[in-house]
Amino acid sequence: MNAVNQIKELIQKNDICLFMKGTPESPQCGFSMAVSNLLKHLNVKFEGINVLENQELRQAIKDYSDWPTVPQLYVKGEFVGGCDIVKEMFEKGELKTLLEKKSLI
Amino acid sequence: MALQIEEIKKLILEALPDALIEIKDLMGDSNHYSAKITSSAFNNISRIEQHKLVYKSLKGKMGNELHALSITTEGK
Repeated sequence: MNAVNQIKELIQKNDICLFMKGTPESPQCGFSMAVSNLLKHLNVKFEGINVLENQELRQAIKDYSDWPTVPQLYVKGEFVGGCDIVKEMFEKGELKTLLEKKSLI
Repeated sequence: MALQIEEIKKLILEALPDALIEIKDLMGDSNHYSAKITSSAFNNISRIEQHKLVYKSLKGKMGNELHALSITTEGK
C-alpha cells in the first residue's frame, strides 16, 4: 500500500488520529507531547501514529494536508490542525465542543 | 542554518504587507520562536488557512531551517 492510501485508511479507521513524533506513551518531541497530553486530558480514545518509524509516511502526511509540520490531528477523517491550533482550540473550549459534536466524548 | 527574527519578519511581510508581527526567540537559540501575526489577509478564513498563509510566506523553511515557530494569528 502506498503512503497516501495508508493515511486515508488510518484516518478513516480511527475517529481521532494523531500523527506524531514518538508515541503517546513516549513522545519524542515537545509539540507532539503537548497535543497527546491534551487528548489524554480530555479522556478520549485516540490512535497515535509514530511518523519517525516510517520516513515515507513522515513526508506523505505533510503533502496530504499541505502542512509542513508534525504533529497533525485528524478527527473523523478531517484535518483539525497542528500543535498551535489544537492548543488554541483547547484553551477556548472549541476542541471539546468539536469532539462532543462528533459524539467522541 | 538558523533563521534570524528579522529574516522571518521580512518573509512574512513580503507575503502579507499589512501584517503586524511580534516574534519572540523563546530559548535565545535562533531556533525556537513564537510569532503573533495580525493581518487583514486572515479575515474570514479558517485557522488552518491562516497558518498555511504564514507557512507559505516562509517558502518551505518551516520544518527545515526553521525548526520551531509557534504561530498565533488574528484578523484585523
